[in-house]
Amino acid sequence: VSAYIVRRLLYAIPILIGVNLITFTLFFVVNSPDDMARMQLGDKRVTQEAVDAWKAEHGYDLPLLYNRDADGLAKLTETIFFQKSLKLFAFDFGSSDSGRDIGYDISQRMWPSLAIALPVLMVGLAINVTYALMIIFFRATYIDWGSVVLLVAMMSISGLFYIIGGQFLIGKLFHLVPISGYDTGLDAAKFLILPVIVGVVGGIGSGTRLYRTFFLEEVNRDYVRTARAKGLRERSVLFRHVFKNALIPILTGVVAVLPLLFMGALITESFFGVPGLGSYTIDAINRQDFSIVRAMVFLGSVLYILGLIMTDISYTLVDPRVRLS
Amino acid sequence: VPVVLWTDALIFLLIAFALGFAAYAARHEHLRGPWRSVARSRVGAAALVVIAFYVAIGLLDSLHFHPRIEPVADSSRADGTETQAGARYSTQVLSVLDLWLTGLRERQEKTFSAPFATHLFAKEAVEQPDGSVVRAYPRLTHGGAHLKDPAARNGDVLLRGLLGLVKGLMAWTALAAGLIWLLARRRGEDLGDTARAIRQGRTDVPWRVVLLTLLLMLALSFIAAELASKYHILGTDKVGEDVFYQSLKSIRTGLVIGTLTTLVMLPAAIILGIMAGYFRGLTDDVIQYLYTTLSSIPGVLLIAAAILMLQVYMTNNAEQFESLVQRADLRLLFLCIILGVTSWTGLCRLLRGESLKLREADYVQAAASLGVGHSTIIARHILPNVLHIVMITVVLDFSGLVLAEAVLSYVNIGVDPTMNSWGNMINSARLELARDPIVWWSLAAAFGFMFTLVLAANLFADVVRDAFDPRLASIQ
Repeated sequence: VSAYIVRRLLYAIPILIGVNLITFTLFFVVNSPDDMARMQLGDKRVTQEAVDAWKAEHGYDLPLLYNRDADGLAKLTETIFFQKSLKLFAFDFGSSDSGRDIGYDISQRMWPSLAIALPVLMVGLAINVTYALMIIFFRATYIDWGSVVLLVAMMSISGLFYIIGGQFLIGKLFHLVPISGYDTGLDAAKFLILPVIVGVVGGIGSGTRLYRTFFLEEVNRDYVRTARAKGLRERSVLFRHVFKNALIPILTGVVAVLPLLFMGALITESFFGVPGLGSYTIDAINRQDFSIVRAMVFLGSVLYILGLIMTDISYTLVDPRVRLS
Repeated sequence: VPVVLWTDALIFLLIAFALGFAAYAARHEHLRGPWRSVARSRVGAAALVVIAFYVAIGLLDSLHFHPRIEPVADSSRADGTETQAGARYSTQVLSVLDLWLTGLRERQEKTFSAPFATHLFAKEAVEQPDGSVVRAYPRLTHGGAHLKDPAARNGDVLLRGLLGLVKGLMAWTALAAGLIWLLARRRGEDLGDTARAIRQGRTDVPWRVVLLTLLLMLALSFIAAELASKYHILGTDKVGEDVFYQSLKSIRTGLVIGTLTTLVMLPAAIILGIMAGYFRGLTDDVIQYLYTTLSSIPGVLLIAAAILMLQVYMTNNAEQFESLVQRADLRLLFLCIILGVTSWTGLCRLLRGESLKLREADYVQAAASLGVGHSTIIARHILPNVLHIVMITVVLDFSGLVLAEAVLSYVNIGVDPTMNSWGNMINSARLELARDPIVWWSLAAAFGFMFTLVLAANLFADVVRDAFDPRLASIQ
């Protein structure tokens, strides 16, 4: 297995280089650093000196790919591509356009993100699996039909509605928990309840429906028929046989998103004022802080690839039939 | 003078495409069969009627033109000798829908007003007849302005609503009669039998459900139309614009995002997916590398990066855009493209897998050994057999894209802020939630319109998927 992991990790490198090239093209070639400086400085009548000063201050005054004026290896290192893009591989994110150290900010902000995303995933998983099992237990009855209608309706509601509605209903009408904000340590709990509830409720529609199809696929397998033919009760058929086998796609699906939990929920966090990576990204987008956006794109890709690798490995762990090749 | 915006042109292309595909599907049983079962499903038929209403409004809103400026105080109009050469056209771009809703568009208030309100939502200094000034809620300039006594509003609303209902019923009766007549002619029965068959739900296509949905939609739209001529039925927003008008205008934006995105991504996804699966080897590796790389970038961030870059470009090259509408339109198109870039990978992967399987099929092997060229094999044997996957994906993606637009607009990386869209409505209304009493109507209208469309699309997508995916259909 370890040889496989090493190979997968090596395979990840060209992909990350590709991501890097795409972001580099987007951020530096489509629009030159001059354009960016003008945008940041606000006006169209900015002097060239001001633009140059801004570029020098943020390290954009280097040539893009090849520095003629430098010596030796510095010809390649003293460039924007090396300084701004390649350094990401060492997780050296540099400093944001407003001068803060991005690496430090990320390490600080990923914990609040995780504090929301992890409970949402866990509670959501429990509720969705239970509900899906219940629908399967009552399949082909009015409970099944009504549940599916309910799930489709819940899927059709915009995620923004859950957030705004939850904030209004629980926070403003009942005054149960604060509407937004964050605190350190255990005090954070009361700020986390509302985002977690909203996250879970918003995910029920699509999650439960997906799991229902997983269960349905298993229910029609031959081994289930055998189990029934042996005279097992429907309950034990469902829990002992169907449930275990349907868990395979469910768990591997969860594993795939585990690393991405660090990225946080963009909208939820900024709505509830949680200082996580999601709101960090949104703020950066709104302030047009390109360094942060670039760092987050890279980080997101790394985590996504990590998720893919973990999924493959977990497949072999839960399902011996799958061989790594 | 008609104006064709970029997205308009693409919409027309899409319609031509859809018609062509319909003609193609009608001649091929493997496509016609599933569509027939879609038409026979009650849920599918009802959803289709609702979607048709949205599409009709969206299409009306896609016919743009420069309105003619009426010569002011020109008395020569009366004698009909007006010279055409002298006609002047405004730089403003309007759509047919705008023309139809001119009343709604032009009846602006000062600021917020609640649905059906006769008074403004905020207090203002009002001059009394005797010259004194009090702070009170002033009357609206348009909403309910025909009422002498605002207290008579409820009765008036009820009466007008009833009138609208009657009109809607009349329109529905005419349509239903036409439908029965057509059906009776096709079936060769007399009218009474056909009507009875429909009423008892004995027809193949569930016409009863279609007619009931149609009744509901027609009644609602006629009541809304009747009331909207005198009131702001969904209130007004911060600058006094009618929310109902905004919601209707947003339909086009939602539809464009939901459909053009898939149209934009389809060629790349189909060509690359089939090539990867069919040719395998190096081609496969390159294409796989391409889509793994693209899909590993978080979608929102890629969109954010691209839109930020577009903004930089647009601010620095503002002179290239003739009008705000064209600028907003280009941004919408660009958003569709970038959304397409982030979403084509899923379809590409599916098509690759399916082509891998198909290239081993006997008929493909036979064709290859007979010396048929690659392009012919792909066009005649592979492509027709993956079309159902393409279709399912297009339908399934639609609702997700409509919802995504709202979220993206919230992060300010969606459509242009000057463009009407549900996302922009929600975005601007959310700041008013802190008010007391709460300004809820903009939010409610945006969510309501969006929910109806997405729900109909989701239900329709389910029916389509069940019809085309026999494996799932057998389970249920």
